Amino acid sequence: MAFDYEQLRREITWDVGKRELGYVEGAPLNLGYLCADRHVDHGRGDKLALIHEGHEGGVRQFTFRDLQQLTNGWAHFLRGSVFIRQLDRVCLFLDKSPELYVGFLGILKTGAVVEPLFSAFGEDALVARMLDSRATAIITERRHLGKVRKARERLPDLKTIIVIDQEDDSRKLREGEIEYRMMDHREDRFTIAPTYAESPSVLHYTSGTTGAPKGAMHVHGSIFAQYLTSKVVLDIRDHDIYWCTADPGWVTGTSYGIIGPWALGATQVVLDAGFSSDRWYETIEKHRVTVWYTAPTAIRMLMKDGVEPVRKRNMTGLRHMCSVGEPLNPEAVRWGHEAFGLWFHDTFWQTETGSIVVTNLPGMPVKPGSMGRPFPALTATVVEPKTGQPIAEVGRVGLIAIKPPWPSMMRTYWNNTATYYGKFLNGWYICGDQASVDKEGYFWFCGRDDDVINTAGHLVGPFEIESALLEHPAVAESAAIGKPDPVNMEVVKAFVALRPGFLAGVDLELDIMNFVRKKLSPLAMPQEIEFVDKVPKTRSGKILRRVLKAKELGQPIGDVSTMDDD
Amino acid sequence: MKDMILEYIKNEYLDEDEAEDTDLNENTPLISGGIVDSFSMVSLKRFLEKKFSISIPDDEASPQAFDTVTSIIALVNRHLAKKGA
Repeated sequence: MAFDYEQLRREITWDVGKRELGYVEGAPLNLGYLCADRHVDHGRGDKLALIHEGHEGGVRQFTFRDLQQLTNGWAHFLRGSVFIRQLDRVCLFLDKSPELYVGFLGILKTGAVVEPLFSAFGEDALVARMLDSRATAIITERRHLGKVRKARERLPDLKTIIVIDQEDDSRKLREGEIEYRMMDHREDRFTIAPTYAESPSVLHYTSGTTGAPKGAMHVHGSIFAQYLTSKVVLDIRDHDIYWCTADPGWVTGTSYGIIGPWALGATQVVLDAGFSSDRWYETIEKHRVTVWYTAPTAIRMLMKDGVEPVRKRNMTGLRHMCSVGEPLNPEAVRWGHEAFGLWFHDTFWQTETGSIVVTNLPGMPVKPGSMGRPFPALTATVVEPKTGQPIAEVGRVGLIAIKPPWPSMMRTYWNNTATYYGKFLNGWYICGDQASVDKEGYFWFCGRDDDVINTAGHLVGPFEIESALLEHPAVAESAAIGKPDPVNMEVVKAFVALRPGFLAGVDLELDIMNFVRKKLSPLAMPQEIEFVDKVPKTRSGKILRRVLKAKELGQPIGDVSTMDDD
Repeated sequence: MKDMILEYIKNEYLDEDEAEDTDLNENTPLISGGIVDSFSMVSLKRFLEKKFSISIPDDEASPQAFDTVTSIIALVNRHLAKKGA
């Protein structure tokens, strides 16, 4: 049957998601219950929820009944022993262990807000986010405890550090640190906090051009959108084995690595290991993955090894593939088809939207390089940057805009309402990305509308990097831009002017790179540093990143009348 | 060479507590074991290039080539031999 987008627009509404999740308007609603207990209540407690493979190859399996009991265990512990109350912020700072996935739902059952933190964050990145959120507890593991202990000295609101893997022979925990072994705490019952569709649930920090990272606050009702998009876009069905390769430190890893698939009652695979093409293909083959949601950077890294490694494996079960994080280039889409006999379906969304907003849908003809069309339950367009007026002209570039509301849109930036309201123009939510729309309604990505760096699908704020660089004793001035990269889309390039007495050279470059990596994260580490006499700025001291970027790309520099040329 | 690289990885990529808990040797998986990620690999590559005065092309700096100190030594030795030839 031919693909009929207009029919989907008529059939797929947010009410479908609400109805299928059994929601009654105004009644209590809790993400933790919907992703775990509901399946047990519907007689599906023995179905596999999680197949977890560690980097050493050990596999652990969890049913939905396990999820129910273990999330109850977490919730009892957090409420009874850590004294977590509704709306407290509780951080998860873990590698991709089962404790992360189960703990996420356990926190939500208490009515507290989950704040996921990428486990490769350095001390300063932790402090910036936790100081802003005033988190009272953090769940971590021995491997990352050192960073948390250092950060704690600057976090007056942090009362409890929970360690999931303390061994008898481990070094002793300190005051305010408490051990919790998830598998020892199963509970059949827990009185779930009275949360509602509009109750805060997940606080994800994201980077902007200026200032510290901003906390996008989501609510329990986001599940209506995550459920429906997982069903319609990712096409997850009852017998599927689904693998989302994203880390729950980022929004894809929670919206589509926890909430969406488990709202559907799907079995999902988690691989807690660094990237290796062989290991990834082995995972698909071994666990018979049928639906795969990954990222352009990973696909381009797989491309480097060619199609032969794919053909050596039996991956015939794979039936649907999607991609997210940055635009998927046409070559990668075509390579996917050659290697797997399937198209990668590109999807577009962001931390603030909470769920997929523009996408290639199953059955829809794929135009390699296009982001696809608006998710049928919502309205998206491109608008004039100054007025917010929708652009009717085919092919003209504007800003991607979504008509609010939709269930998973952020409700505010934590502590930053003014910036939140600044995201709206003429009644549209403005994503900050530029695109054009072709005559068949397909969106084509053109670039960011700001200086935020998109590296391997993760947004990194130049201001954060520049601030970290300035803390290095050799650095007098700094600027950071995104430099085009064939694998990661962009990588961080820094421009540094040195203080007197310091000499540019490889030693210093390496020292500065590692300095930023430890302070912020590997993603924020400049992959290249150019030593300059001074950083171009306006007379009022604003860094002219566009000048540096234009020089880097060999493009015209444009208007420099405001540049301070002293 | 082995000890120098191990020492660098221990000092730069593991924090104090982590270093005590991790049994780091020449066969410890670095990339697949999550000790060094693909972004941090760039600084490790830069360190090797500087220390051994070699240039490692980007297409040879793969996760497989950097996955253990043993494979890193093989990569460095290949480039040292090329330089000497």
